[in-house]
Amino acid sequence: MSLTNYLVLAVILFSIGATTALVRRSAIMAFMGVELMLNATNLMLVTFSRLHGNLTGQVLAFFVMVVAAAEVVVGLAIIISIFRTRHSASVDDVNLLKS
Amino acid sequence: MESSEARAAAVSRPTGLLLALLGTLTSTGTTTTGEAILFWVLAIVMVAAALGMLFARKAVHGALSMVVVMIGLAFLYVAQDAPFLGVVQVVVYTGAVMMLFLFVLMLVGVDASDSLTETLRGQRWLAALGGLGLLIVLVGVVVRAEFGSPKGLTDANADSNPVALARLVFGSYAFALEIVGALLITAAVGALALTHRRRLTPRVTQRERSEARVKAGTAAGKPAPGVYARHNAMDVPALGPDGRPIEASVSRVLRVRGQEADAREYAARIDRVLSGSGSTRRASGAEEPAALQEPPIEAPGETVPGDGPGGDGVKEKS
Repeated sequence: MSLTNYLVLAVILFSIGATTALVRRSAIMAFMGVELMLNATNLMLVTFSRLHGNLTGQVLAFFVMVVAAAEVVVGLAIIISIFRTRHSASVDDVNLLKS
Repeated sequence: MESSEARAAAVSRPTGLLLALLGTLTSTGTTTTGEAILFWVLAIVMVAAALGMLFARKAVHGALSMVVVMIGLAFLYVAQDAPFLGVVQVVVYTGAVMMLFLFVLMLVGVDASDSLTETLRGQRWLAALGGLGLLIVLVGVVVRAEFGSPKGLTDANADSNPVALARLVFGSYAFALEIVGALLITAAVGALALTHRRRLTPRVTQRERSEARVKAGTAAGKPAPGVYARHNAMDVPALGPDGRPIEASVSRVLRVRGQEADAREYAARIDRVLSGSGSTRRASGAEEPAALQEPPIEAPGETVPGDGPGGDGVKEKS
């Protein structure tokens, strides 16, 4: 089996994550789609690290994980504070700037 | 090399053998058969779980599918000579991030499902089409690209994967690590600031509660069903020493809902006792079975001590 299969799998997961982020209205589900995209990118980085015999890709994947953790914390805090004021977790209800 | 061999020996033999079998590449740059089998099994499971996340009606199901995908990714990392990332994936992503997601889901409400009203016409279909197009384009790029022969990580991982990673992270990428630390602190403080709520009403302490209770005259608590109580059901008001029902002994919620039992029914006999004489008491005694539905309720209470034979039977058995 060629290592390209890993890349194809990563691409499939990335597309599914992107579709989830675009299609779902619930902010949490859209956020999970973003997480899936980040995970797919990590798989790609690890595979390329193996292709090139170079650990830098894994280091980058590690940093992606850390940044994703920070992003999740802030994003979920925003979702909660919106939920407190608007009583909804749907991205459609965040339209305060709309005249 | 000797140290790595000693370390490999420290790992239990089947595990070490499995890791060695999974991570290595054959001379032609392809994976071993074992890794191929692992990949195909996990790939099917992961794509199915990802699609499950996409189509899940409830957010909790989506989160659980996401956990499946993440654990599958951890397996693939370990298979691809990245055991450190595999462990971090399980600990950070599956353990921390997804649990955070589940916490927020519980806060927001598990039943909060997507609204089906379209705010932008055809946005859903356009988005799905865009996702499909992205998939086709990216697959085309990946499949048609030339990557050269894979080198594998056996040389880079000579001193075990975590050690080699640590050399890079604390060596060439030390500054990036510091920046990431600052980012994490900022994110933590930001999350605290975003979810902080200022208290709108003064805090009621135990002292204020007790003072309010003394002022209201219920220092000893609200009366519970007492000596004259016919029931200990929640909706039946307690009868005071004078036989009068005490309204306050029924939960306020039941009173508001109108589910309170009729106090008069239970106090009627007392009224008769208070107003009349011994003859009325007799009369009320004769009336009793018809007026009150007490006997079926009191009967089990009386039969409990009368259950002696049964109890004796148990004793004989033991």
